[in-house]
This record gives sequence, structure tokens and C-alpha cells, in this order.
Amino acid sequence: MAAIAQPMAAAPAERSQGVWAAAWTRLKADRVGMVCLAVVAAFMALILLSAAGIVAGGWQLEKGVPYANPGFLGQRPNVEAQSIDLAAPKGPPVDISDIDPLAPKYAEWDKRAAEIQTSSPPRAETLPFGGDRWGRDVLAKSIKGAQISIFVGVFAAIMATCIGTVLGATGGYFGGRVGDFLEWVYNVFTAIPNILLIFAFAAVVGRGIDTVIVILGLTGWTGIYRLVRAEYIKHASREYVRAAQAIGASHPSRMFVHILPNISHVVLVQLSLLVVGFIKSEVILSFLGLGVPIEMVSWGTMLAEAQTELVIGKWWQLAAATAFMAVFLTAFSLLTDALRDALDPKLR
Amino acid sequence: MTGLVAVRDLRVSFRLGKTRVVDAVRGVSFDVPVNGTVALVGESGSGKSVSAMSIVRLLPDNAIVDAASRIDFGGADLLAASIDELRRIRGKDITVVFQEPMSSLNPVFTVGHQIGEVLRLHLGLSPRQAIGRVVELLGEVGIPEPKARVDAYPHELSGGQQQRVMIAMAIACEPKLLIADEPTTALDVTVQRQILELIAKLQDRHRMSVLFISHDLGVVGEIADQVVVMRDGVVREQGPVGAIFTAPRDAYTRALLACRPRLDAKPKRLPVIDDFMAGGGQPIVVAENRVARPQEERPLIEASGLSKIYRLKTGLFARKSIAAVQEASFSMWRGRTLGVVGESGSGKTTIGMLLMRLVQASGGEVKFDGADLLKLSDAQMMAYRRRIQIIFQNPYASLNPRFTVGQILVEPMKIHGIGANDGERFERAVALARRVGLAADSIHKYPHEFSGGQRQRIAIARCLSMQPEVLICDESVSALDVSVQATVLNLLLDLQDEFSMSYLFISHDLAVVKYMADDMLVMHEGSIVERGSAEAIYESPQHEYTRKLLRSIPAGYRRQQA
Repeated sequence: MAAIAQPMAAAPAERSQGVWAAAWTRLKADRVGMVCLAVVAAFMALILLSAAGIVAGGWQLEKGVPYANPGFLGQRPNVEAQSIDLAAPKGPPVDISDIDPLAPKYAEWDKRAAEIQTSSPPRAETLPFGGDRWGRDVLAKSIKGAQISIFVGVFAAIMATCIGTVLGATGGYFGGRVGDFLEWVYNVFTAIPNILLIFAFAAVVGRGIDTVIVILGLTGWTGIYRLVRAEYIKHASREYVRAAQAIGASHPSRMFVHILPNISHVVLVQLSLLVVGFIKSEVILSFLGLGVPIEMVSWGTMLAEAQTELVIGKWWQLAAATAFMAVFLTAFSLLTDALRDALDPKLR
Repeated sequence: MTGLVAVRDLRVSFRLGKTRVVDAVRGVSFDVPVNGTVALVGESGSGKSVSAMSIVRLLPDNAIVDAASRIDFGGADLLAASIDELRRIRGKDITVVFQEPMSSLNPVFTVGHQIGEVLRLHLGLSPRQAIGRVVELLGEVGIPEPKARVDAYPHELSGGQQQRVMIAMAIACEPKLLIADEPTTALDVTVQRQILELIAKLQDRHRMSVLFISHDLGVVGEIADQVVVMRDGVVREQGPVGAIFTAPRDAYTRALLACRPRLDAKPKRLPVIDDFMAGGGQPIVVAENRVARPQEERPLIEASGLSKIYRLKTGLFARKSIAAVQEASFSMWRGRTLGVVGESGSGKTTIGMLLMRLVQASGGEVKFDGADLLKLSDAQMMAYRRRIQIIFQNPYASLNPRFTVGQILVEPMKIHGIGANDGERFERAVALARRVGLAADSIHKYPHEFSGGQRQRIAIARCLSMQPEVLICDESVSALDVSVQATVLNLLLDLQDEFSMSYLFISHDLAVVKYMADDMLVMHEGSIVERGSAEAIYESPQHEYTRKLLRSIPAGYRRQQA
């Protein structure tokens, strides 16, 4: 063997197109996929800017009059704003100083109050896309809401994918008793209605973004578990895995170094589907009051507020949240489809 | 003889992706005479199947047939025929038998239903009439108890019987032309012989023409009247079978004939296609016979009473035992090759798996260097894993598609701590790739960029990276074309000389085993029925089964003459 152990000058070989590079080439050829990629990238940029406080940092400021009209509907009468403005009683006040024990203090209080400068900034009559009940800018809320919603969706999806992949890989690869046990866990999990499970978790753990992420992650792994398990059962008996066993590769190495890259397309596509699903779930959770805390805003809380607004004809908050959600989710789903086509080695 | 089908200047190309077009068939012309057998011979990618399937236009959607091509059948151009006309012709006048009977039959319908469908569609028979005819047909193709088998599902039949059902379906409407696309490639030799005899008999009785597609010149020599040799989409040579076999004019035909290992000679190395093509048609003949390395005092591996029994649950308490291997005992010597032959299900692959401990043995012992491999713990086994390696059958499945060649070669060295650091291992990987005949830039490529033969070289290099003493070749050349087979076999022989490895060479191909092996085992239904030196077994087989196997080898044209 000495003959072949001679060190040799490795020729500067040109790296050939790898699996990922090939997938990228295919994705680039997909026009719909590329448009969706651009939309998703734009959302991600928006989220980064909003997280850094550059955009929509002041979403909590009450900039406009309550239920301020959208800029393009400036002429619309805004009865609610006026009714709040005119809250001071009209007509001659009734003098009750005779019986009011605090009457002697009023003059003094008025004087002290006059010493303090209070400045309430002028409230705008209209905002670009209207205002909510407190006159907060709906557009800024939607952007800030995107940050929370997408953050929750992505992290919960990553968590669920990790759980599902590890359990699925273990169950599918080893099979036997381990597989049976995991199947049992899976069956118990799926037997309980999902929403009940979510309520139970939420009731125990309490509110907060991290809670929402944990809840969604812990309840959402079942689908991906099933798919990954099936792929592992199929791949574990493939010859290349046998060959890895023959050279002495360990179980974890065979599971995660050899098989995982070959089924990564399944995991990735499931991951992106879960992101879409979890953003919707977050909306529902928040709508039901189990989602993000009150001092934050997400698309879900916006929708929850919109419920009461819609009755009095203030539709823009609902429209804004829905439009943002629809655009992002559609782009993300289509991108997912494009990704699957680009990554699936069987379609090549 | 008058012509039935005339293929003229057939050109077919395939659209790949949006811009790439690959020419598969480039101007092929041949005739199929009435009541004659024409064989299309060539290696994979030669365009033989595409040419044949163009006749019934069973081509993938991305195929483009050149407008100037013509295929005349009964006075009409089949390439210009409408879909309706084609549907009337397919399954009635021209029928096809495919390679894989397992996947050509629909598993959820009975065979009677599937054969009956053809009769109902093309002859308008009622279901009752059809069943009667199906029974006749099944009898004609030699299925025992045809009345009972009508209601059998495909999985209840053996591979050979399934192929008989496919043939029954093909001859149901008395076709004028039967296209048989590698009909025996997936079958065992003994079954192959029966199917070939059946096709010849049916052709004679029904006076039909047969277009027989095969990569195996041995099979073709027995069955064909006319032979068309194809390579890279072009006809290299065509003529009557006698002329092709006795006086081939084309260098490629000569190479194809020569590069199959022969039963009567054992040259030092097999001639390969390049020898013929480069040497102006005259090969560099190595007449000298290969001499086996003498046996050392002690065998390297001594297996005794090796068995593997699968227990199947057949009921609540009922168990059935199936012995994949029973009481197998054999020895392997350093630098020598032990050949194992047998048909599918004979347990020959299981023997290799048991030695590697890829399958746990049910009994017996394997002594390797004093230690019993079967009793070692997994940790102890690690040291031995390096010393026994295996090359699998299918080079397309045995390499991880997501690893580069470099990663594939470096991984085993990493696991076994060969080489001081990654740089050194990589250098060794480059040297190994070069040693097995891969180009220098291969190291960064992925398996899908290589052909079958090259992939098998990668698999060999992976084994070599661990410097094994024993190499198990499990049908390692069966999936390769004949010419590629020869180059890989030559490489294996060279490596054996260089590193004095001991080979366990498992194959269903008796000619290849005869060429490679010094000692031999014949397996049948899990047991070793005969053992001895390769020459002795081929010259004077003792066991009835061995004789049957040897009789089944397609002998090519010579046997007909004799």
C-alpha cells in the first residue's frame, strides 16, 4: 500500500456544481419562485429594520385622532373622534360647591395645574392607512406586527422541525421497540385535538412570545415526524447506508451525516410549510387571547381588535393586517413550492 | 423473406431541460423480415431500446423524432400514424414484452384479467370468451395448471412465470411483430433458457417476427437470424447471425465478442473495447493463462457451520423458519479468489453479509486471524471491519449522492484513524482515485456525474482506502455493460496482485466467476451443493444442480453450429 500512500500534488481541480448550487440554478429559472423570493426577502428586510427600531419604532404613539381616517379617505366623517373631543359637558354647570367638601381646594389646584406645562401634540386628522381606537398608525402596527408574527412563525417552525426530525430519524432508523414507542407517543399526541393541547399548554405556562413559540413547537412536530420517519425507513436499508456500515460508520454518523442530507428536501419543505401554518396559528391564538402579550402587537392582536371596529365601519385595521398576511403567506407558500421543485432529486 | 417493418434513417433526440438536446439515435436503418428474428445488440446508451420503441412510438414525452425518419409497417408510415391508428396497432399487430415482469404487471389485478383485457379491447371478446382463451394462452406459454392460475395475482407467481404471463399477453392477439426488450435480463440463467426456448417455439408456431433487444451476445447468438450491432445511436454492423459471429467486420463488434470472459480460457487480463478501437481492430492478445497464487499453509478465513435462519410469523402462534444459509463451511486463502455462484434466493449474498456482520448470523463461526468474528463485540469488530470490505452490486445506490468523491474516500480513513491529518488523508484519496483509473478532477465531483463503471471504481477505491485483506465482491460487475465489466475485472485482478487481497467473488454469472475464481462454491437454496477448484467444477460437475446451471449458459452462436 506504500505505493499509493505517496503524497501527490493535488491538481487544482475545478469544483463541480454541487447539489445546492444546482438547486439554486433551478430556482433561478423559476420566475414565480424568484418573485416570491424577492417578496419574502423584502419582508425579512422590513423585519430587521423594525427590530432595529428604524422603521415603525413609534407604533405605540397616538399620532392621530381616534380612528383617524386613511389619507385617501380624508373627507369621511369621523364621529367617534369628535365625540371624544367633545367629551366636556355642555350647558351651564350646576353649582354644587355648597355641598362639595373639596370646593375650597379647586382654586388652588387650578393654579397648580396651570404651573405645569402640558403639551399634547396636535393629533392628525388622517393617517396614511388610518388609525386605531387610540389613534395609532395602522401601517406602523402592521409592520411591527409582521416582526412578531414572522418571528414566532419561524422560530416555532424551527423548533417543531428539530423535534420532528430527531424523533422521526430515531424511530425510522432504529425501528423495533424504539420505533414502536415513538409511534405510541405520536398517536397519543395526534389523538388529542390540537387546539385543546394548545389551550392546556397556554393555561399552564402563561402568556408571552416565548410561550407561543414553545406551544406551537411542541404541538406541531407530528406531521414532520411522520414524513421523516417514512424517509428514514426507506433510506436505512439503502445500499449506501449499508456501505457506510461496512466501513464502520457509527449510528449517529449514518443517521445524520449520511441519510439526513439525502432527505433534507423533505425537512426544508416541511419547515417552510410549518412557518406558514404557525403564523396562522399565532393569529388564532392571539385572537383568542392566548397569544402575544397586550403590550405587543402582532397580526393576530390586530385582527382581534378589528372585530369591534368593523361593527362601527372602521375596516382599515382589518384590511392592513389581512393584506400583509396574505402577501407574505402567499409568497412564502409559492416559494416553498419552488424550493421543493428545486431541491427534490427525484424531479431532476 | 419479405420485409414486415422497415426502419429508415431513424433519428431521435431528447430534450433535456430548456435548451439541451441530446441525440439518442442518429440515422438508424434496418428491416425486420416476416417470420424472422432480428436482434438489436448494444450497450446501455447505444439507442437500441429507443430504436425499437420508436416503432410503437412508446417514447417519453421529451423525445423528438426527426421529420425525415420513416418506419414502414404494412404500407403505412408508423411515425405519421394518428394516435387512434397506433392504439389499434399496439397490443394487436405489434406487441411488447418488457425487461421487468414484476413492474410490467399491475399488482392489483389477476393475470387472467390482465390478459383478458387485451382480448376484450382488440378482439371484442366477451369476458367469458376471454377467460376461455386466457386459459389456452397460459397453457401455451407453459404455465402449469392454467385453469387455477387464471385467478392468481402477479405476486403469487415466480419471476419466470410472470414473464410467461407477459408473453401470453403479447401473443394473445396473434401479433405480426413481437418486440422483446431484454426479456430475460432480470431472470436467472435456468429460467432465461426456458424463456428463450419458449419465444423461439412461439415464433415458429405463430409465424410472427421477433425484434429482440439485448446486451448479451451469447443470448443473441442463440435466438437471432439477423443481428444489428449498435453503439452511440449508430448501427456499427448488421448482417446474418453467422456472419456477425464468425467474421465480424467492425472493430466494435469484435471487441464485444472478445471482452466477455470465456469458459474455455483464462487469460491474464480481458481484452477491452479500447484495445480494439485504438489498435486498428487488432487487439493486443494476452494468450498466457493466469496462474492462481498457491494456497498458504493456513487459510485467512475459515467459516464453519455458518447459517442464517429467518423466522416468520405466520399466525398468532405459528412460526415458519426459512433458512437463507444453512451449515455453510468454506475457507479463503490470502491472494486467492473464492467464487460463489447460485441463482437468486440461493443465499450467496447472505454469505457475504454474514462475513461482514451486516446481517447477524444464527449459528456457526468465522475464524479470521484466530478470532471468531461472530462473537466479537461491536467495538472489537471495528478493528476487523477495516480488514474485510465489500463492493456492492449497484454502483448507483451504494454511493451517498450528497458526498463528493473526496468525502467518500476520506471518511473511512477518518473513522479508522488512517493518515495523520486531513491533508494527508486527502492526498491519499487523490492517489487512490488515480490508482483505480479516475481522472484527476474527479475528487470534487459528486457520484451522479459518473458512469456506472466509474462509480464502481469509486466504490473500489473506498474499500482500498482501508487497506483490506479480504474484499467481498457482491455481484460487483453484474450491473455494468460487458465492455465496462471487462475493465473493472481487470482492475480487480491487478489490485489483487498488488495488495494480495483475498476475494469472495459472488455472482450469478458463471462465465465471470469462472474467469475470476480459483476456488468455487455452488449454492442452491441456502446450501453449498458443490465445492472445488473452478476448473474442476466446470470440467466435471458432480452435482445435478451444477450441471443444470452449466447447461443453461447461453453459448452464443457456436452451440448452434455444433
